[in-house]
Amino acid sequence: MSHLVIEQCGPGTTLQDIGREGWRRFGISTAGAMDRLSLAVANVLVGNPGGTAAIELTLAGARLRAEGGSVLIAAAGPGVTLSVAGREIPEGQSVLLEEGAVARVSPVRGGVYGYVAVAGGFDLGAEMGSLSAHVRSGVGGALLQPGACLSLAGGGAERPLAMRPLPVPEQGPIRVMAGPQQDWFTEDALARLTATEWTVSQRSDRMGRFLEGAEVAPNEGSMVSDGVLPGSIQVPPAGQPIILMRDCQTTGGYPKPATVISADLDRLAQIPAGAQLRLVQVDREEALAARAAAERVLSGFAAEPVAMTPDTSLLLRENLISGVWYPGED
Amino acid sequence: MTGAPRILPCGDCAISVDFGNVIDVDVNDRVRRLDVALAGAGVPGLVETVPTYRALMVHFNPLTTDYEALCRIILDLAAQTGGAGEARRRWRVPVVYGGDFGIDLEDMAAFSGLSVPDFIEAHAAPIYTVMMIGFLPGFSYLGGLDPQLQRPRRDVPRLKVPASSVSIGGAQTAIGSIECPSGWHLIGRTPAIPFLRGRDPVFLFDAGDEICLRPMAVSDWDRLAARAAEGDAVVERIA
Repeated sequence: MSHLVIEQCGPGTTLQDIGREGWRRFGISTAGAMDRLSLAVANVLVGNPGGTAAIELTLAGARLRAEGGSVLIAAAGPGVTLSVAGREIPEGQSVLLEEGAVARVSPVRGGVYGYVAVAGGFDLGAEMGSLSAHVRSGVGGALLQPGACLSLAGGGAERPLAMRPLPVPEQGPIRVMAGPQQDWFTEDALARLTATEWTVSQRSDRMGRFLEGAEVAPNEGSMVSDGVLPGSIQVPPAGQPIILMRDCQTTGGYPKPATVISADLDRLAQIPAGAQLRLVQVDREEALAARAAAERVLSGFAAEPVAMTPDTSLLLRENLISGVWYPGED
Repeated sequence: MTGAPRILPCGDCAISVDFGNVIDVDVNDRVRRLDVALAGAGVPGLVETVPTYRALMVHFNPLTTDYEALCRIILDLAAQTGGAGEARRRWRVPVVYGGDFGIDLEDMAAFSGLSVPDFIEAHAAPIYTVMMIGFLPGFSYLGGLDPQLQRPRRDVPRLKVPASSVSIGGAQTAIGSIECPSGWHLIGRTPAIPFLRGRDPVFLFDAGDEICLRPMAVSDWDRLAARAAEGDAVVERIA
């Protein structure tokens, strides 16, 4: 049976799809890709539905080998590129990895999270409706380690596909809606939330992005826990905001002055530690418009077969092509 | 049972229907009733609900949900005080108190001014309600703790406490699930496994369930723990 061997990878490598819903009342986090847009790009490049499970890389690159057959693979994410046998594959393009061939995935040079998708997806058992690993609880699986062999479901596209132009994430401040607990903060604290140039802390991970740069401490008092979700900005008594991300717990006891809108979670995830960000308040109407626009981008994704020159067609016809040559190069 | 809940926006994909900043059996009951009623209302776009002590978080798809209609339906349902909601399930849960299974028991009893047997009796006496499941898969927060057993959390949390620990933190008591860090005081442990993958059901308890704790002998631990590991619930449904 065909599988993909992870020869080398960084410490934050997991399998992620768009996460699991319906189990939060039992304390099960949704997990899921930190950047669903990049996940979708990688998948569409190999002919998969955009939410199919793929390998999520955190900062570090990886080395992958096809075993038991060839497989079409693609990488996506800010500054993430693939190379096979020393040849770099153009961004936004998949490549057929021949049996035994090795693909090197670059580090995530322009952000935090990168994705590697395979045509047909992985043949692994879903847990509670999803293949996403929530490492803290073990639901959906653990961290992927070098040496891991991932079974391939097979099927899917066999010829390289390309997507041009690649989608460009929105720029500008991260948009938040007020609430649920803005009344736990002074006007001054709320003003600081949107006036501060925040720095993303080194502590940030799949659970949360910790912000440094000012204090927005809540008023004194003991808050009884209520629900939280990815995007919730919770503020412990010391006043350092934490924006909860895909692996966050389902309930929490810190007051939450604002919530990042769903359309901005992907690009928030890609802001690396040490970089700066600003928050800006929007209303529900603006949040909905942004979400609708994001959905239009996702549903408009299409990849075309990589155009072949007459020479490459000839090579294919005569079956001379091997893993060291890639169609569609400029 | 009066007063409309507040609907607090949590971004574009969720709202928190808030009944008040308190840990209170009646408030929690209103959360539960709304949860049951909303589940039966068939609202388009609704994704899932998360009942907590004092609020119901409602997750929805913003592109397929009529937000104003959703809020109206929720306020209407919350105003209906008639009907008992769904019948509650009641479970009897065996617990080994003290010793290696609850290393803080003696200290807790001393803090409360009770003998160890009296402390155990007071902790096992109430019919608790699962007010919320959160923090970790299957971690059950119980309402109904005898006020004389309350104690603020530890100043320094422990990095690891055993799975299925029964603990007290402030005014709350809980049945834990998987091994985790915790600042709560450990008074016992149940051989039952609240969250076990591959078992049907995966989770033993749901919010709104009632829990009766039954002190058990440490000599029965190995037998019950082995049964639990094989997928036996070990808890007994008594209502």
